[in-house]
Amino acid sequence: MTQPDDHWLIRPTTIRWLWIIGYSVLAITVLLQLVIPVKGYFGIDGWFGFGALFGFLSCVLMVFGAKFIGKLLKRPDDYYDV
Amino acid sequence: MFEMFPPALALIGGALLTALISSRQLRAVVVIIAPLICLYLIWQVPDGVVVRGAFLGYPLELVEGGPVRRLFATIFAIMSATGAVFAFNHARRTELVAAQLYAAGAVGVSFAGDLLTLFVFWEIMALFSTVVVWCGGTESARAAGVRYAIMHLLGGVILKVGIEGLLVTTGSLDIRPLSAHDFSTWMILIGILINAAAPPLSSWLSDAYPTASPTGSVFLSAFTTKTAILALILLFPGESILVGIGLFMVFYGIFYALLENDIRRILAFSIVNQVGFMVVAVGIGTEMAINGASAHAFAHIIYKALLFMSAGVVVMRTGKHLCTDVGGLFRTMPVTMWCGVVGALAISSFPLTSGFTTKTLISQAAVGEGLTTVYFLLAAASAGVFLHAGIKFPWFVFFQKDSGLRPKDAPWNMRIAMLFFAFLCILIGVYPQLLYPLLPYAMDYHPYKPGKVLFYLQLLLFSGLAFFLLLPWMKRTLTISLDVDWLWRRGLPLLVKYVARVGKPPVGALRSRLQQGAGLLTASARHTMGHTGPLGRSWEIGTTALWIVLLLMVYVFAYYLF
Repeated sequence: MTQPDDHWLIRPTTIRWLWIIGYSVLAITVLLQLVIPVKGYFGIDGWFGFGALFGFLSCVLMVFGAKFIGKLLKRPDDYYDV
Repeated sequence: MFEMFPPALALIGGALLTALISSRQLRAVVVIIAPLICLYLIWQVPDGVVVRGAFLGYPLELVEGGPVRRLFATIFAIMSATGAVFAFNHARRTELVAAQLYAAGAVGVSFAGDLLTLFVFWEIMALFSTVVVWCGGTESARAAGVRYAIMHLLGGVILKVGIEGLLVTTGSLDIRPLSAHDFSTWMILIGILINAAAPPLSSWLSDAYPTASPTGSVFLSAFTTKTAILALILLFPGESILVGIGLFMVFYGIFYALLENDIRRILAFSIVNQVGFMVVAVGIGTEMAINGASAHAFAHIIYKALLFMSAGVVVMRTGKHLCTDVGGLFRTMPVTMWCGVVGALAISSFPLTSGFTTKTLISQAAVGEGLTTVYFLLAAASAGVFLHAGIKFPWFVFFQKDSGLRPKDAPWNMRIAMLFFAFLCILIGVYPQLLYPLLPYAMDYHPYKPGKVLFYLQLLLFSGLAFFLLLPWMKRTLTISLDVDWLWRRGLPLLVKYVARVGKPPVGALRSRLQQGAGLLTASARHTMGHTGPLGRSWEIGTTALWIVLLLMVYVFAYYLF
């Protein structure tokens, strides 16, 4: 049923291009702040690149926070069945 | 009898017809047309009380119009109709009937002018949503349905206690802004919060919804938690404790969704997360905040149902429900994938989607009140939503790895329902001015300021970067995460076993002592009251008379003295 898988989206060249495009878009959204001022409601959120840094760090914190909570709370998925 | 026809009756009538009609085609027409008639009726309801009644001498306000009530009823009816398009060809008849009655309950709550009417429709929702869960048809659906029903009946009792108490203390059942300051109002608040999946009782939602059928979970995602939000808006606007409760829900949803492996359970946790945003907004309580809660509920029902539809099609077509079992489905399910992606972008409040034009209202309300911490926590949570739902859901289901599965794309009716909701997500994102005039308060708000858009793009896109860089730490595992429901699913049985084990020797000793005591008592009774005992044998009449005289004298003497 599985035919040889050569979908263009999963070719290594495509994936490399996706990373390149992705990083360029990220750079552009930060650099655009030189042209478009972000109104900081509380001062700090108007700093250059604040949104980028805040979003990234929040996610890192949440992923590792979830890992830690998972250590305490994760059980095999048949836990309640036995 | 009525000045106007109560909108909920259209859905109740539709449900009865669905139950009676045997032709599949005709039934399909009924389940789709009934909500549309309901929608028409909703827009005929003017402001103020229009249908009155009485029960046991209490005046009832069966239908009361108002902007926020109409807004919620509108989205419930749209949801019911679109859900019917999605479901009619695949769901069991019982499920279609129950889903319509469930929606009727939601519309009834929306227009309830007094707490008694609200309570009746509240319980109708509890009953028929349980039936929808049971229509999952599996053993786990049966068990989860029982737990779900117990939780909601318990919530109903707590709500009822509060309503009775309020009636006794104030003499009024009217729905009006209250504050949680005494026992009755607290009971009402707790009863509503149970339906909002607030802590510590959030687990019923992620427990029950994913066990329903692929079509059933679409209906379930829409009504219960959002009627709770409406009830909070009507009864507890500006109740400051809600800000803390809402923030807890926001992060609870993110962390549990990050740990989850079941596709639909990820979405269930993200309901708690999104409802948390709305609870925060009700807690802030300003006009902007209430607008935010209402608008976000409206948009949320659409994109969340869309996500559940997309996930439902995957579950239906592949028969798998775990992230670890699927992947690479984009090859053969492009429509389902794109609709899922639109829903995922909307829930992440990406610019040009409905989430952006509604959720930023809530952030703006936090700014308006100078709530710095709340604002930054909501911003962090927005990043977290993109992480746990916005990318995680489409990535693990449609891309990730090639699972080798090549399922067919969605059937035509499911495609229509998904494309319609995807269209609405973008429509409200691009033309928010279609939704804003329907909100309870007039406002001058422009979501698309360049600086704001740029801030959110940075926030979201760098969350995306974090997701892909941290992928090795997010590998799905075959696990579940414990929640408060451990207490009654495991804790209570363990306690019973423990008590039985520890209590056996002392209870045994106590029992033998009691038996001994009882034996002695019987023996002594036999001795005194038997045929030959002092109280059992027959006495001469003179002795009896003497005793009577003696007792009478004691009585007369006592009477004289006291």
